[in-house]
Amino acid sequence: MIPVIELRAAAKGYGAGATRSEVLADLNLELHDGEFLAIVGFSGSGKTTLINLLAGLHAPDAGSVSLDGQPMPDAGPDRALVFQNYSLLPWLTVHGNIALAVDRVFPQWTAGQRRAHVERYIAMVNLTPARDKRPRQLSGGMRQRVAVARALAMEPRVLLLDEPLGALDALTRAVLQDEISRIWQENKKTVVLITNDPDEAILLADRVVPLSAGPRATFGPSFVIDIPRPRDRLALNHDAHFKRLRKDVLDWLMTSAGRQPARAAARELRLPALVPANLDQVRWIDRALPHRRAAGAQKSKIS
Amino acid sequence: MPATTRAPGRLDSILRAVARNVGIPALAIALFLGLWSIAAHNIKVSFGSLPGPAAVVTEIGNLWQEHRSEVAREQAFYVRQVERKAAFLAENPTGQWTERKYAGHPTFFKQILTSLETVFTGFVIASLIAVPLGIVCGLSKTLNLAFNPFIQLFKPVSPLAWLPIVMILVSALYNPPDPWFEKAFLSSALTVALCSLWPTLINTAVGVASIDQDYLNVARVLRLGWLAKIWKIVLPAALPHIFTGLRLSLSVGWMVLIAAEMLAQNPGLGKFVWDMFQNGSSETLAQIMVAVFTIGLIGFALDRAMLSLQRAVSFGAPAR
Repeated sequence: MIPVIELRAAAKGYGAGATRSEVLADLNLELHDGEFLAIVGFSGSGKTTLINLLAGLHAPDAGSVSLDGQPMPDAGPDRALVFQNYSLLPWLTVHGNIALAVDRVFPQWTAGQRRAHVERYIAMVNLTPARDKRPRQLSGGMRQRVAVARALAMEPRVLLLDEPLGALDALTRAVLQDEISRIWQENKKTVVLITNDPDEAILLADRVVPLSAGPRATFGPSFVIDIPRPRDRLALNHDAHFKRLRKDVLDWLMTSAGRQPARAAARELRLPALVPANLDQVRWIDRALPHRRAAGAQKSKIS
Repeated sequence: MPATTRAPGRLDSILRAVARNVGIPALAIALFLGLWSIAAHNIKVSFGSLPGPAAVVTEIGNLWQEHRSEVAREQAFYVRQVERKAAFLAENPTGQWTERKYAGHPTFFKQILTSLETVFTGFVIASLIAVPLGIVCGLSKTLNLAFNPFIQLFKPVSPLAWLPIVMILVSALYNPPDPWFEKAFLSSALTVALCSLWPTLINTAVGVASIDQDYLNVARVLRLGWLAKIWKIVLPAALPHIFTGLRLSLSVGWMVLIAAEMLAQNPGLGKFVWDMFQNGSSETLAQIMVAVFTIGLIGFALDRAMLSLQRAVSFGAPAR
C-alpha cells in the first residue's frame, strides 16, 4: 500500500552560509491511510517546520516528501492545517471563517448546500450559539474549535494539527482532547498531531514518533499505541502499559537531548509523618526571616 | 496598612475627572484669550490695531450677514432673469435668449464648501493611486525596491514646488470645449493628491508587508487566486494600516490645500486669506483670523472622522 504521505531522508534548514541552521535532518516517515499519528518533540525542535513540510508549505532542501507516491504538490485544501495560533481571520465571524474555506473548496455546490455544510461543522464543535461572533470575542478554546471545524469542513484527506492545544489551559485542553478523539472516531480521517505533550500524544494517537531535540532534529523509533479506544484519561493514569509507553517516549526524548533519562524511583520514599505537638507554641517562621521584616507593609496588613 | 482614609466614591472620582479634563483645557483657553486681548491692545499694525477675540467674533457675524445678503442678491438676480426672459419672449417670440450666471463674488461660507470639495477630490485621487500601489509594493519586494527611490525623493517636496508644474501641465493637457472643472480647481486638487498620497502609500505597503504569515498560509492552503487573496485576505488584514495612512493623508492634504488655493486662485479658503491680505481693509486681520480658526476646526473635524473610521476597521489585536 502506498503511504498517504512519505518522507525519505528529508532535510530542511534556514539561512545561508555562516548563519545557516539545519533544523530538520534525515527524516523518514510513512503515514498510512486512516492513521492517527502523533509526533512529540521539544519546543523549538522544528515541529512547525515539519508540519509545513507535510502540508506542502515548504519544500525540503534534501530528500523527498511525497503525497500518494507523487512529489508533494504546493499546499492545498486536501491537507488541511490547524495552525498553532489558529490563524482565524479576525475580520470574519465564526461562520465567515469556515464559509471562506467551504466556498473555496466546494464551488460546485449550491449556496444552500454550502451553508448547511458550514452549519453542520459549527454544530460538530458545539459553537452554534457563537456562529456570528468574531474571533476576538471567543475564548482560546473556542477559537481552537473554530480552527478545527474550518479544517474538517474542507473534508481533507489528511488533517495536520500543529500543537493545536498548546496555548490552552489544562482544563480546556482535556475537554478538547476528548473532542478531537471523538471527532476522529466519527470521521476516521488520517491525522498528524504535533505536540510537546507525550501524555496527549499517547492518549490520542495510534502511533507516536518522537522528534529529537534540534538542531538537526530527526525522528526516533515508532511507538505503537495499542491501548483500546475509547480511552479514559483517568483510568490511563493508573494503567501500567500507558506508564511504560510514556516512560519509553520520554526516555528516548531525554537521551536525544543529551540528558539522563529519568530514573524510575528505585525505592519508595517514605515521608515522615510530622504533626506539631502543640500549635500554641509554634514560633511562626516568617517572623524570624529578615526578608519578611523588610516587607513591613505586607506584614501590617496581615496583623 | 489599615484603611484610615475613606476610599473616594465613584461619583466623587468621576466629578474629579470631569473637573480635570474639562477644567484644565478651559483654563488654558481662558489664559490664551487673555494674552491675545493684551496683545491686541498693544500691537499696532499698518491697518489699525491687532483684532482681539471680540473683534474676531464680531467678524464671524459680519461674514454670515454678508453671506445671507449675497445669497438674497443671487436669488433676486435669478427671479429678475426669469421675469426678463418672459418679457423678452413676449416681445420677440422668435428671439434667442441667453441665460446668464450670477457674477457676484463667492462668500466665505461658499469658499469653505469649495475647499472641502477640492480637498476631497484630491484625497480620493491620492487614495485611488496610493492604496493599489501600496498593496503591490507590500506584496512584491522587487517592486518595493523599484518604487522606494521615488517615494523617498518626492515625499518631502513642498506643495509650492509641485503647484507650478501641475498648473502648467493642466493648462497644456486639460482643454476640453465644455470643461467639467475649473483649471484652478483641478490644479489645486492634483497638488493635494501629489502631496498627500505618500503617507497612504507607505502605510499600505508596510501594512501589507507585515501581514501575519499565518493568514497568507491560509490563502495558500485554500489555493486562493491572486485577486481573491488580495480581496479576502490582504486588504482586510492591512485595513487598519491603510486607514492610519489615509488619516495622515487627509491632514496633509488639508494643510497643502490652503497653500495650493492661494497660488492657484481656486476660490476656497486659501484664496479668501490671500484676497483679504491683498485688500488690506480694517477688517482684514480679523477675517484672516476667522479663516485660521475655521481651517483649524475643519482640520480637527476631518481628523476625528478619519479616526472613527480607523477604529471601525481595527479588529483589536489579531486573533490568537
